[in-house]
Amino acid sequence: MNPPFITLGLDALPVGAEAVVREIGGEPAFRLRLMELGLVPGTRVRCVGRSPLGDPLRYAVRDAELGLRRLDARVVRVERV
Amino acid sequence: MNAGPTPSVLMIGPANAGKSTLFNRLTGAGATTSNHAGTTVSVERAPARFGATDAVVVDLPGATSLAAASPDEAVTLDALARHARSGVPGVVVVVVDTPRLARSLYLAVQVLELGLPTVIAANLVDEARAAGREPQIDALSEALGVPVVATSARTGEGLDALRDAVAAALNGRGVQGRDLVDWPDAVRDAVAAVAAVAADIDDPDPVRRQAVARWAIVSSAEGAAEALAVPWPAVRAAREASGVDVAAAIVTARYAWIDARLPGLTAPGGGEDRVRARTEALDRVLLHPVAGTLVFFGVMWGMFWGLFAGADPMIAAVETLVAWTGSAASAGFDALGGPPWVGIVRDLVVDGIIAGVGAVIVFVPQIALLFLWLSVLEGVGYLARAAALVDRLLRAAGLPGKAFVPLLSGFACAVPAILATRTMPRFRDRLLTMLVLPLTTCSARLPVYALLTGALFPATWPGWPLPVRPTVMLAMYLLGTAVTLLAAVILSRTVLPGGPAATVLELPPYRAPDLRAVGRSVVRRTGEFLREAGRVILGATVVLWALLSFPRIDPGQVTLPPALDGASAEAVDGYVASVQLERSLGGRIGKAMEPLTRPVGFDWKIDVALLGAFAAREVFVGTLGVMYGIEGADEETVSLRDAMRADRRADGSPVFTPRVGASILVFFAFAMQCLSTLAVLRKESGGWRWPAFVVAYMSVLAYASSFVVYQGLGLLGWT
Repeated sequence: MNPPFITLGLDALPVGAEAVVREIGGEPAFRLRLMELGLVPGTRVRCVGRSPLGDPLRYAVRDAELGLRRLDARVVRVERV
Repeated sequence: MNAGPTPSVLMIGPANAGKSTLFNRLTGAGATTSNHAGTTVSVERAPARFGATDAVVVDLPGATSLAAASPDEAVTLDALARHARSGVPGVVVVVVDTPRLARSLYLAVQVLELGLPTVIAANLVDEARAAGREPQIDALSEALGVPVVATSARTGEGLDALRDAVAAALNGRGVQGRDLVDWPDAVRDAVAAVAAVAADIDDPDPVRRQAVARWAIVSSAEGAAEALAVPWPAVRAAREASGVDVAAAIVTARYAWIDARLPGLTAPGGGEDRVRARTEALDRVLLHPVAGTLVFFGVMWGMFWGLFAGADPMIAAVETLVAWTGSAASAGFDALGGPPWVGIVRDLVVDGIIAGVGAVIVFVPQIALLFLWLSVLEGVGYLARAAALVDRLLRAAGLPGKAFVPLLSGFACAVPAILATRTMPRFRDRLLTMLVLPLTTCSARLPVYALLTGALFPATWPGWPLPVRPTVMLAMYLLGTAVTLLAAVILSRTVLPGGPAATVLELPPYRAPDLRAVGRSVVRRTGEFLREAGRVILGATVVLWALLSFPRIDPGQVTLPPALDGASAEAVDGYVASVQLERSLGGRIGKAMEPLTRPVGFDWKIDVALLGAFAAREVFVGTLGVMYGIEGADEETVSLRDAMRADRRADGSPVFTPRVGASILVFFAFAMQCLSTLAVLRKESGGWRWPAFVVAYMSVLAYASSFVVYQGLGLLGWT
């Protein structure tokens, strides 16, 4: 009954850490948008940093950089590498 | 010598791929901007010659995917679908962001699914090299099955090769795209189900029907509903019937295809990614809690300083030109002589039409400068960082991060600001932004604020260390901003509940801006303002002229007060004009309104000037000038300020005091006095319901605030 891997929300990924996307939840339209931007299962993600007021968080995905609000980033489940 | 319709070259690509720069390079002069059919999203077109073939190049809005998520993207999808159905010959040029190849390929494979002649421009190839990622053009071409050309719109590399490839495609030697992806069975079944029931997908071609069916399955219905003629219930049924998440499966299958080929598409090894390193180094400063905040305020201060200092001489020039044209036309009519109706025509032309055109173009310097500044910041890549900086505040107000640029534009004018909301995916978020935008301190309020603070507030105040007038001006800006956000807080918890849609903020690498693209963007967006607001302002000025000019009085019947005995002809004319205004329909309305506005301290003259402000807020100043017999007054006119200070009510008390001034200031900050904003709001919100709501809530807010200010200051002993 063990999950195949231990995942955390993307918002919990520390600055500088890398992870692999495992699952994406959340509201359907946003979920599809994230996937269309290349955040499909198996994609590597790195947390680049925070913004001055703490939000949004910045991630490097497929050579591009994306800003996601903490609350929205939570729906992406990742596994640290 | 053209036999058929002029072929089109449709340029499509993600944001920040350099598509517009490439468009500028491929086309010469003669670009025109027009609204895409049935929308207010503007699309640029320009003629260009490819080999021996003339074509029209179309620059479509940037898109991440063809599955439209915002009105802007829906236009791209619709334009492509229409082109495919029309049978007009043409070629699609997909502009690829080569340093971010995977994401651009996601768009490219979708375009190829359409089966149209396609050419791929692997753009920003110089940046890709600097990032250690030289694209393998032959491998790319083989994988995609269509010609690929490496280009750099910035350096001009590969442009001739791109022109040749387009020319070949236009001459029937092009290669049609095809569906490349290995779809899982569940996707095939669902797509077939949608394509089969969708007999009214208006396209006879079976391949394209499948492509449209796939877009429909992935599209959020809200964004694409207007662009795709698709039976949405059938799409939903197919999605639900398949048992797996078909939409996600489509996206995953496309990326699986891309990821399987990606390693062979760029030079192995590569090196250090210098572009990324530079961007991250800059971000460590520009997004630093302290340094980044300082830079942000510096940039904002520079922007407003540039807007006011830079636009002032241009505005003065426009005003001089309008005044000169007016008096020249006036003199021309007077030389004509003739019956009395010539005088009416003269006034219509001078005070209605010329003044109305002047009221429109007087906005152009500030709006053009604002867009110049925004386009440069966007081109450099800073605008996205600024949005990240203030995102927290917007979130607290229930707004999405994408509301930042519209709100910033609102400081120049609400009309282009409302148009700028079209990048937002969810209608609720667009609507919330549009509903609060008219509260931002737009440039039309500025002359009113300047007149009132200059005329009614003392230069210094005992116990206040700073000069009073600039303090009042700054306070008005802060008040406008605070109330805009506060209104969003309240509306997002009452009228439009449900929080903003989750959005992704793309942070492009820092780059030198392309000045030609900046220039084109300024021209395009200023043109949008003129198209959307110009006619309304002009029309309203003419209507208000009529309201304040009829019924006509006979100047000979006006009894001059003793004070004007032996006064100059100019002073007499001015007095006659003020009597004409007082007895006009508008003047009577003002007098009828007076009891209603007495609790907020406005007398009938202020009410008439408020009526004038409905054409455009700054008309308040000129109308007040006419009331005091001063022709052509502006906010700096000393005689107008003196006349305001000298004016007395019947009981001998002054009409204008700091208390009345404060009340008018607050009223102007909150009242919905702009007909062009309402007209654009109607177009963008699809009816009169929301404009009516804005008028209602802002009127209540303005009247109540003025009441509180006027009565409150009265309690504090102000007179």
